[in-house]
Amino acid sequence: MSADPWQTAEIPGPMKALIITKPVIVSGMLKKAKRAIMVVGHEAAEIDFGGERAIDYAIRMAKALQIPVVATAHIAGEFVKRGCDQVWWMPAVDIGNRLQDPDWQGLDGKGQYDLAIFMGITYYMEWTILSGLKHLALHLKTVSLDRHYQPHAFWSFPNISLEEWQKNLKEILNQLEKRL
Amino acid sequence: MRKRNVHIKLDRLKSDLTEISGLEISIGKAIEEEWAEPLGPTPCPSLATLRDWDLKLLQRYKPFYMPYCDVCCLCTMGKCDLTQGKKGACGLDICAQQSRVVLIACCIGAATHTAHARHLVEYLIEKYGCDSPIDVGADVGVEVEAPVTRLVYGEKPKTLGDLEDVLNYLENQITHLLSVAHTGQEGSKLDFESKVFHAGMIDQVGMEVADIAQISAYGLPKADPNAPLVETGMGAIDSTKPVILVIGHNVPPATQIIDYLGEKDLMGSVEVAGICCTAHDLTRYNPRAKIVGPISWQLRFIRSGFSDVIVVDEQCIRTDVLAEAQRTMTPVIATSEKNCLGLPNRTQDPVDQIVSDLVEGRSPGAVIFDTEKVGEVAVRVSMLLSPRRMKFKVIPDLAKVIEETKRCAQCSNAPCRKACPNDLPIPDAMHQASESILEGLANLYDLCIGCGRCESACTNDLPIHSYIIGASKKIVNEEKFKVRVGRGAVQDVEIRKVGGPIVLGEIPGVIALVGCANYPNGGIEVAQMAEEFAKRRYIVMSSGCAAMSIGMYCDEEGKTLYEQFPGEFDAGGIVNVGSCVANSHIAGAAIKIASIFAKRKLRGNYEEIADYIHNRVGAVGIAWGAMSQKAASIASGFWRLGVPVIVGPHGSKYRRMLLGRKDKVKDWYAYDTRTGEKVFVGPCPEHLFYAAETKEEAMVMAAKLCMRPNDTPRGRAIKLYNYIDLHKKLYGVMPDDLHLFVRRDADLPITIKDEVMKILKEKDWKENVIPDPTLLPRLIRGKGGLTDER
Ligand code: SF4
Ligand code: SF4
Repeated sequence: MSADPWQTAEIPGPMKALIITKPVIVSGMLKKAKRAIMVVGHEAAEIDFGGERAIDYAIRMAKALQIPVVATAHIAGEFVKRGCDQVWWMPAVDIGNRLQDPDWQGLDGKGQYDLAIFMGITYYMEWTILSGLKHLALHLKTVSLDRHYQPHAFWSFPNISLEEWQKNLKEILNQLEKRL
Repeated sequence: MRKRNVHIKLDRLKSDLTEISGLEISIGKAIEEEWAEPLGPTPCPSLATLRDWDLKLLQRYKPFYMPYCDVCCLCTMGKCDLTQGKKGACGLDICAQQSRVVLIACCIGAATHTAHARHLVEYLIEKYGCDSPIDVGADVGVEVEAPVTRLVYGEKPKTLGDLEDVLNYLENQITHLLSVAHTGQEGSKLDFESKVFHAGMIDQVGMEVADIAQISAYGLPKADPNAPLVETGMGAIDSTKPVILVIGHNVPPATQIIDYLGEKDLMGSVEVAGICCTAHDLTRYNPRAKIVGPISWQLRFIRSGFSDVIVVDEQCIRTDVLAEAQRTMTPVIATSEKNCLGLPNRTQDPVDQIVSDLVEGRSPGAVIFDTEKVGEVAVRVSMLLSPRRMKFKVIPDLAKVIEETKRCAQCSNAPCRKACPNDLPIPDAMHQASESILEGLANLYDLCIGCGRCESACTNDLPIHSYIIGASKKIVNEEKFKVRVGRGAVQDVEIRKVGGPIVLGEIPGVIALVGCANYPNGGIEVAQMAEEFAKRRYIVMSSGCAAMSIGMYCDEEGKTLYEQFPGEFDAGGIVNVGSCVANSHIAGAAIKIASIFAKRKLRGNYEEIADYIHNRVGAVGIAWGAMSQKAASIASGFWRLGVPVIVGPHGSKYRRMLLGRKDKVKDWYAYDTRTGEKVFVGPCPEHLFYAAETKEEAMVMAAKLCMRPNDTPRGRAIKLYNYIDLHKKLYGVMPDDLHLFVRRDADLPITIKDEVMKILKEKDWKENVIPDPTLLPRLIRGKGGLTDER
């Protein structure tokens, strides 16, 4: 599987994300994390899998892992509407800025996170934020669960089809929800 | 009399000061003291003069770096891998490297505006004389004619000749600033950032010089809120006539086209239409000229074959304009030394010969530096060529689009889509088109920024952008709008009227929609933002491509926003100041509030005025499609004044944000000048530079960023109402940070008082004082150095 950025020229440099070849990589990593957080952008509320939206998967994942979600852009209400009570909201660059600060004590004041899962932020903007975190947040691992390769994440899917993406997300959820 | 550490052009010395020609005064020029206002502490600041102020801002608004590249390749010791804390061969780390690149970008921006100003001033002096007066609105009582120049340079320019002295200072500073980016100069990221601010401030003066020179000499609208409406859009161009297209930012050659048409009584026979800021300035010069559209309209208009001749000056012109023009058999006239396009220099040749060569196709274009000659050649070529060209176009008609899209291979890795900055679903649209369904392609029309990258990437060399335009024929034909001509400065009397309501917060804010057209979802988002804020009785200002986008949408009655809202600098106005260089009037308005309304000393008194603006003037810039280096330097000029700037998602590629941390209470204290005490003022404004993901997010943030520590309770209540209302409407929930913005009961908007109070109680909110705020200890009363005489 080739690790090419979704937008051809958005090449990073010497460090590139590892490819998530199997959903178990993600579920394993999520289970291992001590303090994980999800960051979900506005596209998650728009991407339609035919009835379900990407945001529904994000909510299920956050619930299964009992981790907080930061809704970026203007989609906080979409989470609330769906009954998600683990949601905080702030601009994407704000959560990026806090995650790179080793002294940030997290949304609950209990300490910085060690794993951040990203989904649904406009490709090139998520790209730049993940770049900031790759360079400056050495305490943090980042995972992109978008369907396009994000070279600045620590782990990312390669460029995959909508169907393949949905299948992968479902599989990750199955493995996480099995734990419950 | 005092000395300035600047260089002076020798020929100017000889002509103006013949009695001392030959004298060695290249390090300083005597300046007459004629201005009663005493000189402030920082006239003509050099690189580090305002460093303390910058560091104060940067302490609050720390850079969040988002490196755009992991390496540095600026010297031959590199490439250096700077990932995860590694240093380059010179010792620089990734953060300082990002700041260094931002500095280079801002130097490019400042140099571009300043060089533009230099060219204009020299040209206008030659045409109208050195003593030609500066007048940006004397008839309507504009006395503070050059607020940015007065503030930074410390002088009142009275004539075009005076502007040369100002430019000497700017050029000197830009040279120093650029030298900072050399390998082994500055090593601190924050010092780089301080110099970024300096470049922005210099840029603001450069823009002001350019615009006041052209307003004064050309008689462009002088602070006129009722400047005329001009026709805009591709559908507004009468293609039955010869058409001259002007592209760029520097208007003299275009004015000569109008003058020549006037002289020959041909004004009604030839269409003169512009793209980008030359279009703004040309319509300011003569509102019978037309605006085609913003920068992103270049390919679509050229390929549509409307233009019979294209005249380019400088900045933001497609560098492949000549190749594109050749496809439609349109000759190109290049008029700026900065942009010769590989064409032969025909400046000295007889007009008849140039015209003949261009009309007969013996040459694809010509460089002509003599603007009068440009006027004549352009008109004559357009008239002779128009019947021959028959508006030859390369945009296919609908049948051809359907036929040609069948050649799309539906490549599995979609190189066209992957090249598209806006990730537009090109292969799907191509497939639909090949089956005679053209909606898919037409739906891309508004979202496409006309970059042409998809075509370069297409494995089958398909002209995808042309297909989008071809499939959107109906939209193109109906593209007829009205834009209010750039009015120039804000009147002193307007400032007197609204200065109080702005500073007290009763006008909830000034929202400046500026910058290029690199929009993530089309220009309509800019128009929607303008409409929302104008309806909420903010003052909406605009310039450049954004000002065009605001005018390119109509309501059900067919009226554009410029026809629906007045052009006054007042609540509910939509104020188009003009081209990029007219951005200086937006900064100028904020500065004039401090000077005219609050009577703060202006002259060479940067820190105090910036402190005033930062704490009291609820202004926010939104550069939704910011693209260029000039946009970067324009933004940085506002940062140094303490005015926050929001950019669209593409703006995240500017490599770093300047973000406040509202969760860090200690960051949000200011002095109360009355007591000297440090008081909590809340995160007002929360950020200095910030990229929003969506239009909705930008609008909510803009409303929030308008809050200032100085707001009266009534003013704060109005601002809070707008913030809360927009948040509820666009986010679908109440804001979660109201406890940081409510200082006392009276700040609460009456209609939602109970709802907000409940939230405040949950957050353990306590009342706070409303200070007379400053970040400068020297302004504390009783501690010496107070300059506030109110
Ligand atoms: S020309 Fe339009 S469709 Fe093509 S890459 Fe540029 S923005 Fe995308
Ligand atoms: S690259 Fe060209 S041929 Fe391939 S899918 Fe895109 S438009 Fe079709």
